[in-house]
Order: sequence, then structure tokens, then C-alpha cells
Amino acid sequence: MSKTYFSRTHEYVTVDGNIGYIGITDFAQNALGNVVYVDMPEEGDDVAAGEEFGAVESVKAASELISPVSGAVVESNEHLIDNPRLINQDAMANWIIKVELSDPSELDALMDEAAYKEFCATEGAH
Amino acid sequence: MPENKRTCLYDRHLALGAQMSPFGGCEMPIQYEGIVEEHQAVRTACGVFDVSHMGEVNISGRDAERYVNHIFTNDITGAPDGKIFYGMMLNPEGGTVDDLLVYKRGENNFFLVINAANIDKDVAWIRSNAEGYDVEIDDLCDVLGEIAIQGPESEAVMQEVLGISCADLAFYTFREAMLDGEHILVSRTGYTGEDGFEVYAPHDVIRHLWDELMESGRCAPCGLGCRDTLRFEVGLPLYGDELGEDISPIEASLGIFVKTDKDEFIGRDAVLRQKTEGAPRKLVGLEIHDRAIARHGCEVTTPGGEVIGTVTTGYRGISVDKSLAMALIDSRYAAMGTELAVKVRRKSFPATVVAKKFYKKSYKK
Repeated sequence: MSKTYFSRTHEYVTVDGNIGYIGITDFAQNALGNVVYVDMPEEGDDVAAGEEFGAVESVKAASELISPVSGAVVESNEHLIDNPRLINQDAMANWIIKVELSDPSELDALMDEAAYKEFCATEGAH
Repeated sequence: MPENKRTCLYDRHLALGAQMSPFGGCEMPIQYEGIVEEHQAVRTACGVFDVSHMGEVNISGRDAERYVNHIFTNDITGAPDGKIFYGMMLNPEGGTVDDLLVYKRGENNFFLVINAANIDKDVAWIRSNAEGYDVEIDDLCDVLGEIAIQGPESEAVMQEVLGISCADLAFYTFREAMLDGEHILVSRTGYTGEDGFEVYAPHDVIRHLWDELMESGRCAPCGLGCRDTLRFEVGLPLYGDELGEDISPIEASLGIFVKTDKDEFIGRDAVLRQKTEGAPRKLVGLEIHDRAIARHGCEVTTPGGEVIGTVTTGYRGISVDKSLAMALIDSRYAAMGTELAVKVRRKSFPATVVAKKFYKKSYKK
């Protein structure tokens, strides 16, 4: 059974065993608009919770990607290289990197779906 | 910081659900439906922009022609009424105070259109250099609004929706008219690389024209987001990116608008020297051989990593599916086809110097 966790910077990680699939949320893709480029780390690179690991770029601007968890990159989603708009079509299905979690306890600091929805509602109210 | 200004169309933008952001000290619409959709509307049909943030200054009086020639790089001597000139105001070092349009309304009567971010600076500059000239300087920035109707269908939209006949209006000319009992100015100009028109009028008239355009369904509301992608693709400069107090028009490859054969204008000695001896930097186009986007401020290097300049504007092209940039670089590396590199975050990508007109303009001349 997989479970999805969310960060305050609008990334998600869907966890299946010790593997996490990291991407940006539908709220984030909607705020960004047309995604034209995804800057991703390579297989074997390490990512750290709370730190930048790449960027998603819309026509207008680049938006940093902040990793919700720490671990080693097992795979980056190569479909996004030629078709970055997949993120606009379905942000939750089109993860950006797949990592092997080094510290699953980090998940405790993240939000579940209900808490994240509430968080977005307050963000949108500004 | 003073609060941002609002244009006379501010409530219209909110009602249309525009994403608003400050630009040049004014709260402006960045996009409505989306930058790509709005960009395509202008390239293929018609789009309308609120550009009321732009500034307008009228210069008249016995010495007006001589004075405008003194502060402006282009040569307006003896121009026919109704003609428009693009050029710059320079500081004595040859750097750019602003780039602007000068409309010749009549003998010794000129209408200047300046950039929003430079209004206070420009008005002060224009007033401070006028000593000894018999001129009257009228700041019209808060009195006039401006909309731009742009795209291949814009002439038909002007005629059929607004009832303003423009078929006989040549590129870079204008006409003054009365509408709703108010004085308006209509020019065949724009900042998109497409055929189009700009209308300057008091706020009530601008609101009325905007509403008619929206109700017609003939043109899409367009924000500053696509205004920037459109001007970028055809290689037009934006003050603050490609031009600045420390960037001369010669460096920005705009030398044709700098008439050094005129006897005198502020900054002439400096730009004449650059024209004859060559400028140390040159604005070039870059094609990046990757999907990565090099944005304003990214370093440009030789393939070996030596820093030789910076990116001034960069996008993933919309009409052209390539990663493109304009960059101000050491002129020794500015020849077409030179292999360079750009640094984007932690990576470096190969790039080639190309012409900075990435997309062909289609003006109606």
C-alpha cells in the first residue's frame, strides 16, 4: 500500500516500501502554468530533505524544487525531458524523481492529503 | 516604498481574473488565460493590452524641435507631421537614460512615450536639460491611458469594432482624432513584431474602448507576460534588460537609431567613439542546445568556462520551439556561429551565437 505525503513548498512524495516518488502537486502546477522545462538530478545523486534538487520552469519563471525527504536518486522521469507538459496534464501521476529513502522518519514532518488541502485553501485565500 | 499605481483598467483586469503583479511601479496584469494562449492570439489573430503604465510627455514651444534633437538620438529635423521615431535619450557617457518613441504632432510640437519604470527619472531629465531652450514640457502620464491592439486581424478589429479606420495609416505614423468628444491619438505601432495599433486617450475613453473590444469577442485580453515573450522573439529590447544607464545603444546593436551625423545631442561624443572604435560589449542572440532556459543574469562563458557576459532575457520560445536568449557579451566573441556556453544553476550548457531576431516580424509597411 502506498501513501502520499505533502510539503509546505508544494512537493509530494508517494511512498511504497523504502521508495519515494517525488513530484509537484496539482496546486503547484496550476500556479506555475505551462511547464516548459524540468531540471532534474541524475541517478546516483543524493537529495536532502528541505534542500533544492532541481527546478520546474514555466514560460515566465523558474521555480525551485525542494525535496520532502532525503535519499539517493534511483531514477529521474525521462518522459519529462521531451514532454514537460505531462506535469500540467497530471502532476500526481508524473513524478519527477524516484528516491531510495534514507530516513523514513522524515515523513512525520509532512502533511497528509487532508491537511495539505486545508493548507492550500489558506494559501489561496491570500 | 510608495504604493503601486493602478491603471484606469484595474477593475477590468480583476473582473477578468488576471494574475496581477507590480511592473514599473504599477499594478499590471501579467496574464489572463495563460501566456502561451495570449502569445498565440497575437501571432495568429488579435490581442489587446493595457499599456497605460507607459508615460507620455508633450514638448512644445519655439525651440521644441531643436530641444528634442538635443536629448534624442534619432533625427527629427524637418519630419512631416504624423511621423513617429524610435530612439534613445543618453547620458553624457553614452549610457541609455531611456528608449522612447517621439511623435511629431506639428511644427515644434512633439509627444514622447517613455517607459513606466523611468517616468520620474525621465521627466526630471527632460526638465533639467531644457535650460536655455524656449519649450513647454507637459507631463501627461496621469492624464492619459493607452491600449495596444496587436495581431494580423488588428486593422479589421479597429475598423469593425471601434469604428476607427486605419487602412491608410502607414507603419510608424499616427493620426489625431475626436472620439466621445475627447481628443485621441492612434498610431500604427507596437511591441510584438505583428501589425498593430496603439491608442492614447483620457481614462474614460480608454475604458469605453476596452469594454467594446471585450464585448466583441474579437480579441483576447493579453498581459505583460506575453508582451515580453512576443517582443523577445523578434529581438526587441526591454529597458532594464537589454538597455540601461550603463548600456549604450551601440552595444545593444541599435546603432541605426543613433544619428551621429547630427551636430549635437547628449551622449554623442561617447557613442560616436563606440561607432568608430567599436564597443567593448555587444548584444547577441544565443541558441542553447538543451531544453534548459538561461534567464536574465545567467553567466555566459567560453566553452572553457571563462565568463564573458550575462544573459539579458531568455525563454523557451513559443513561436519557435527552442531555448533562446539575448546576452550582452564581450564583443570579441560576438561573431555569428561562435560556440559558447551558459550557466544555469549548477550546470553548464553549450550555446551558439545566432541572430537575435528569432522570429520574423510581420509589420504592414
